[in-house]
Amino acid sequence: MKPTTPQDVSRREFLRVSALAGGGFVIGFAAPGTVLAEAANLLDDTAKQFTPNPFIKITPQNIITILAKNPETGQGVKTSLPMIVAEELDADFSTIVIEQAGLRSDVGAQFAGGSRSTPDNYMRLRQAGATARAMLVEAAAQTWGVPAAELTTEKGKVLHPATGRSLTYGQLATKAATLPIPDEKTVRLKKEGEFRVMGSRVGGVDNPAIVTGQRLFGIDQKFPGLVYAAYEKCPVYGGKVISANTERIKKLPGILDCFILEGTDNINGLKPGVAIIGNSTWATFSAKKQLLVEWDESAGAGQGTEAFAAKAAELAKTGGTNVRNDGDVAAAFASAGQVVEAAYSYPYLNHATLEPQGCTAWMHDGGIECWTTSQTPGSGQDLVAKTVNLPKEKVNLHFVRGGGGFGRRLANDYMAEVAAIAMRTNGAPVKLTWTREDDMRHDCYHRPGGFHFLKGAVDAKGRISAWHDHFVTFGYKSTEKPAGGADLSADELPARFLPNFRLDQSIISTIVPSGPMRAPRSNALAWTFQSFIDELAHAAKRDPVEVRLELLGEDRQVPPAGGRGGPPYDTARMKGVIRLAAEKSGWGSPLPRGEGRGVAFHFSHSGYVAMVARVSVSPDGNLRVPEVTAVCDVGPIINLSGAENQVEGSVVDGLGAVWLQEMTYEEGRAMQSNFHDFPLIRINAAPTRIGVHFIQSPVPPTGLGEPPYPVIMPAICNAIFAATGKRIRQWPINKSDLSWA
Amino acid sequence: MPSYTLKVNGQARTINVAADTPLLWALRDHLDLVGTKYGCGMGLCGACTVHVNGAAVRSCQLPVSAVGNTPITTIEGLDPAGHHPLQEAWCDHDVPQCGYCQAGQIMAAAAFLRQNPAPTDAQIDDAMAGNLCRCGTYIRIRAAIKDASAALATAKGGAK
Repeated sequence: MKPTTPQDVSRREFLRVSALAGGGFVIGFAAPGTVLAEAANLLDDTAKQFTPNPFIKITPQNIITILAKNPETGQGVKTSLPMIVAEELDADFSTIVIEQAGLRSDVGAQFAGGSRSTPDNYMRLRQAGATARAMLVEAAAQTWGVPAAELTTEKGKVLHPATGRSLTYGQLATKAATLPIPDEKTVRLKKEGEFRVMGSRVGGVDNPAIVTGQRLFGIDQKFPGLVYAAYEKCPVYGGKVISANTERIKKLPGILDCFILEGTDNINGLKPGVAIIGNSTWATFSAKKQLLVEWDESAGAGQGTEAFAAKAAELAKTGGTNVRNDGDVAAAFASAGQVVEAAYSYPYLNHATLEPQGCTAWMHDGGIECWTTSQTPGSGQDLVAKTVNLPKEKVNLHFVRGGGGFGRRLANDYMAEVAAIAMRTNGAPVKLTWTREDDMRHDCYHRPGGFHFLKGAVDAKGRISAWHDHFVTFGYKSTEKPAGGADLSADELPARFLPNFRLDQSIISTIVPSGPMRAPRSNALAWTFQSFIDELAHAAKRDPVEVRLELLGEDRQVPPAGGRGGPPYDTARMKGVIRLAAEKSGWGSPLPRGEGRGVAFHFSHSGYVAMVARVSVSPDGNLRVPEVTAVCDVGPIINLSGAENQVEGSVVDGLGAVWLQEMTYEEGRAMQSNFHDFPLIRINAAPTRIGVHFIQSPVPPTGLGEPPYPVIMPAICNAIFAATGKRIRQWPINKSDLSWA
Repeated sequence: MPSYTLKVNGQARTINVAADTPLLWALRDHLDLVGTKYGCGMGLCGACTVHVNGAAVRSCQLPVSAVGNTPITTIEGLDPAGHHPLQEAWCDHDVPQCGYCQAGQIMAAAAFLRQNPAPTDAQIDDAMAGNLCRCGTYIRIRAAIKDASAALATAKGGAK
């Protein structure tokens, strides 16, 4: 079904239409009873301005504008969050003007991370829309002299069915603006079955601009007098500049300045390096190649992928530190029908957003403005303020579309860099663009690698009876504390679901920075644990779906262990997605030789996801993925088209990660530099078909950008086992020979 | 700096840039046509795809000094009204997630469909394998190209 595409409104067009406004109606969040709305010309400074928190603006010309409050990096919130407002406002979404917010203090937290945009904003945005609708209804009631209860709304109009009269929201805007804001608790929200916007298919609001190449992204920003910058950092993490040929670089054509920035020790902040300012991107990129820097690379000694693996093998022989110990694994292993041991390892990964990091900044009038793609602009504001030594009120941030996020833009290192450079441009705006090589080598933090030395038992009845994991992970310059994203919750399944469960942990100290990447932790743990569960199911000669349903047990809410946070684990919802994935994928039906199906499930970010992958492996080991069936339960779906796109993208992205990708290090430096040595999956390797299904449980909706991503990885590897009898225990898959005969 | 007159989207545009400046950066920084994107600088990702004399070319690998008088088409010039069947199919299928690669995808697909107006799935995969999408929108890209192919066939039939 074709999605509707909302009005094509570039920023320029928005300003043009808004300038027509002669008055209007604005509403945001405020204490009940406050007169928040009043007639005002929204863009004419001479008219009375409405002040706080505009989520909705309606002009007498019937232009309805909804604010998109959070940063957009491809997760779809610039479309889906305004849909929530439009639903309760009862407006026709295809006529809405969407305005991208910058950083402001009156719309709640503005960030794109943890799949939190939907759950954190759902009720607030509904109340904002419903409150506005109630006031428009009241304005119509007063205008017509009829009780509000006799009125209805539809597609941006208030209707009086008894007399057939109707007024557009625009016609009511000026009157509504004079009314007091009702207590939001008294405002009626729509009930299930009344939704017209939510649950429909809406095309991304920026699609028309994207397909015609309009200025949208961070790298596209341009201003009069703009200068361009590049920044070279030490290839070894934690390295420092000793000296550089800055005087020679300054004399190169098109180069305006070159200087060393001492930087700080903050790995998410301004790192030491050499800045080059020029009159074009190419001038700075060319000059960068001429740069000769003497670095202090001492921090990298002994830091490499091979050394890490050797250390892990050595630590595996030790007991590690006990983290959780339920029941008696030793006794269970002793009495088990079968015991399976396996070592799994996964590498560091790079976020590799297709738009490399960068930012545009302009210091003027005692402050600084940045045009940023940050996923955490609030933190970015703090970092920039600190970097340029200004109060944060003097740091004004505009959000521009980011060419991919995946957690990379939760860090704001590029903002600190451009801010430091902007102090040296004599008031000219400056655009910093990283090369792909910069981006690959200086992913601010990587998805951490890790090792699991696993031992599992199957009892005489074929049930999984014990599980022992010695997890060897990384610590950032520490053997005591796991590095960012390298920790493992002691509650992670199958913990809490088995009577005998033991988790021990050892930590390798490293200088390689790690941190959140799409579905942090889950994106490695689901692969490991769902693969090993599969090993145990096959050892028991039982159906992998049946074993998983048995592991989850009866329908119930499994709470976190005492003292730990986090949501309960709803086994009924998880079993529901597993069963539907099995049904929709034709689980159990015969396949030709060389084909196989694999199942996996995972709970993260409040989302329940199960997948069945069907793979085909040729006798000489050539892998293809004809079909993936994905079932998600994240509650009600806001934008069906965007939601399906996120799931399809997670499948393709996760398939590429587990099949092709790894970062490796030698002496503290990343060995990968571009897409030839850190490949992204291409269209000719993508699944032929991805079936996406949603179970819309009647719970508040939760996010979908992350939960599906980890599930495809084990589903694929379990399918490879079914097809070939070969168990993938080392990521990426392309390191293994899949041939069979 | 040497001077070059490029024929871009039907217009002659003169710029003064270093001879080795890739067409990509000439378009983006000097001609203010930012729809063509930088992704890798090595011809690996296809985000910078433009048409040179109708053929899909990686503009990050083509120095301006080698362009001469050859006509260049960028995403901004693909269709004067922005209603190329591929552009419409991309919206109908809600293809983009982040959207960064999509101008390059559309330009690659447009050149391909001119050569092969009714491709099979396998031919689409072969032709589009040089264009990376980090968000993984390939399923929708395939569907959109098939739709655009059908729309082009209808338009051609109707023009008889």
